[in-house]
Amino acid sequence: MKNKSVTAKGYLLNTAVLAVVLIVFFTLAATLGSTGEFKLILAPSLWQCCYLVILSASLNLVLGFLGQLSLGHCGFMAIGAYAAALLSLAAQRAGIFTDKSGPVFVLVLLGCILIAGILAALVGLLVGIPALRLKGDYLAIITLGFGMIIVNIINNLPFAGQNGLAEGSASASLYKNGLGFGTASKVTYIWVPILLTLLSMTMMFMFIRSKYGRAIRAIRDDEIAASASGINTSFYKVFTFAYSAFFAGMAGALYACANATLSTSSFAFTNGGILNSTFIVVMVVLGGMGSLTGSMVAAVIMFIVNYQIKNGSWVDALPSAVQGIFAYPMLVYAIVLIIVIMFRPKGIFGSYEFSLIHLKRDFLNHRAKAAAQKAEKKGAKVHA
Amino acid sequence: MSTFIQALAVGLRLGSIYALVALGYTMVYGIIRLINFAHGDFIMVGGYTMIFTIPLVLAIGLPVWVSVIFAIAICAAVGMTTELVAYRPVRKTGTAMTALITAIAVSLFLENLAQALPFIGPNPMVASQIFSAGGFSVSGVTMEWTTIYTIVISAVVMVVLYQFTQRTRLGRAMRCVSEDKEAATLMGINVNHTIVLTFAIGSGLSAVAGLMYIGQYPKVFTTMGVMLGLKAFVAAVLGGIGIIPGAMLGGLVIGLVESFTTAYVSSSMADTFVFLILIVVLILKPAGIMGKNVGEKV
Repeated sequence: MKNKSVTAKGYLLNTAVLAVVLIVFFTLAATLGSTGEFKLILAPSLWQCCYLVILSASLNLVLGFLGQLSLGHCGFMAIGAYAAALLSLAAQRAGIFTDKSGPVFVLVLLGCILIAGILAALVGLLVGIPALRLKGDYLAIITLGFGMIIVNIINNLPFAGQNGLAEGSASASLYKNGLGFGTASKVTYIWVPILLTLLSMTMMFMFIRSKYGRAIRAIRDDEIAASASGINTSFYKVFTFAYSAFFAGMAGALYACANATLSTSSFAFTNGGILNSTFIVVMVVLGGMGSLTGSMVAAVIMFIVNYQIKNGSWVDALPSAVQGIFAYPMLVYAIVLIIVIMFRPKGIFGSYEFSLIHLKRDFLNHRAKAAAQKAEKKGAKVHA
Repeated sequence: MSTFIQALAVGLRLGSIYALVALGYTMVYGIIRLINFAHGDFIMVGGYTMIFTIPLVLAIGLPVWVSVIFAIAICAAVGMTTELVAYRPVRKTGTAMTALITAIAVSLFLENLAQALPFIGPNPMVASQIFSAGGFSVSGVTMEWTTIYTIVISAVVMVVLYQFTQRTRLGRAMRCVSEDKEAATLMGINVNHTIVLTFAIGSGLSAVAGLMYIGQYPKVFTTMGVMLGLKAFVAAVLGGIGIIPGAMLGGLVIGLVESFTTAYVSSSMADTFVFLILIVVLILKPAGIMGKNVGEKV
């Protein structure tokens, strides 16, 4: 009984803190909304951060909690992005909404995002059923294959793909029509990504704490033992895969909103840009496999690093050799990834979850542990 | 009919390139159970080495293909360095998953390092003609010399490699280590040396594959190894990873699938079919065409 009341208290505390933070944020946004800095830099950055957070956390479900390396996460994102974009275009052509305002547009927008997620989840199910019969390296390579097939098929669809969404070129088509947002509407609809991120994260946390979460962690730790204990391993694996694909699809829809241009090459296995399946793996590994809060922090850190490398004024002050390296941010990430794997394979957070209600307890535990380690070291010195 | 024969020739040529790259994958996987994602990028390293050494070789007055010797040396060095610097430390402390992620990171590192180096840069470079141009025609079908050379050279390399693993002391050591590391240690085999040697041979093979590839498509760019490497890996898995004849078979199958899809369906769907074949095979026979299914011990 005591456990339950702690959980309830935790939810209450989190809700209260979040409410305060959101109120402060939205009052600030309302006062700053029309001025340059917020409109041009902060609001678009928030959009990007939001979908990166959802992406890395959703991959963490598969990579960190289920313990299966999936290299095709961007495929699901591509499905979500294209589905939402095409749906919104179709809705506009059918005359459901004409300009990007009013409650009808909001409904269409949320509907598109939801359907994008569901579609991605369905494809995740289709991919997961055959793919998850395999393990480890084979699973990695088959998900990579599926990711490529998805992107390749989208590329070859007459109404999506290289020739752009609908008629004409892909570039700028979503600004005028459909759900692509310019900077002004990004400020107006800043609540959309924030709300979606909060909802997604809550759903993922609840998933991890539920019987499903315990089951998949059992599978990660020892699949044979888990199945011997009566866990239907294939069901849980496929379910987690589809659940993770659902959030990737929603993140894709947000990506379509934020970028307003879509190109299949952005969803490839690797490319020069910030967004690809490998980059998401980097975020998850950096944050810690098995820590959703770690994934959130890592996504924000990676976004800030990426933004600073490209736009920071301090970059100009560096020697030109360093600037040359910064022109290829993936080189920096590769080095970061190798260093993290070598020296702290658990990532920043390991499997630790940041929680408000347990903050004091965790802090005290940490201090006690550090003190114990220090004492041990001292003891060792004395003996030596 | 002439389309068919043409597609067959192209498929065999592509297939033998894939097979050579797949051999490198399969040897490394067989010995340390790691998908060496960086293997495709070793081809790129070999390609650039040849670009920069071809003028040198021509100045001495030797034929162009001699530059492959430099490429093999550099590739082998890069492969051994990768193993020593990145893979070995991670293998000691980490799990299979962290090793795999390291391999991906090394691949990204090589690609982007090449782009960041001022004398390479992101723009493609054009290589000079490697094999003599032209060919001969049989009943309306033109067979290019490049095709013939590619197929013959790969066949020779594969036979030599197979004999090497079967008959020589080092080859036997490699097979031992891939079967059981501890037993191999007890038999007096230096496991670490053998692993490094495997990396050297596998990477050297990728340089040879790079020679064939450039002979056909004389363009070298930093991400040239990505798709080539992935398809070759698919070939290795298809034939049964860790098995040398399996890699050859898988390479040929993938090459033929690709060329026949290009000839009869559409060139933009070729990759889809390649990966589709992989998925079908993995579902029906997870250990690959020539692989044996090994049950898991509890």
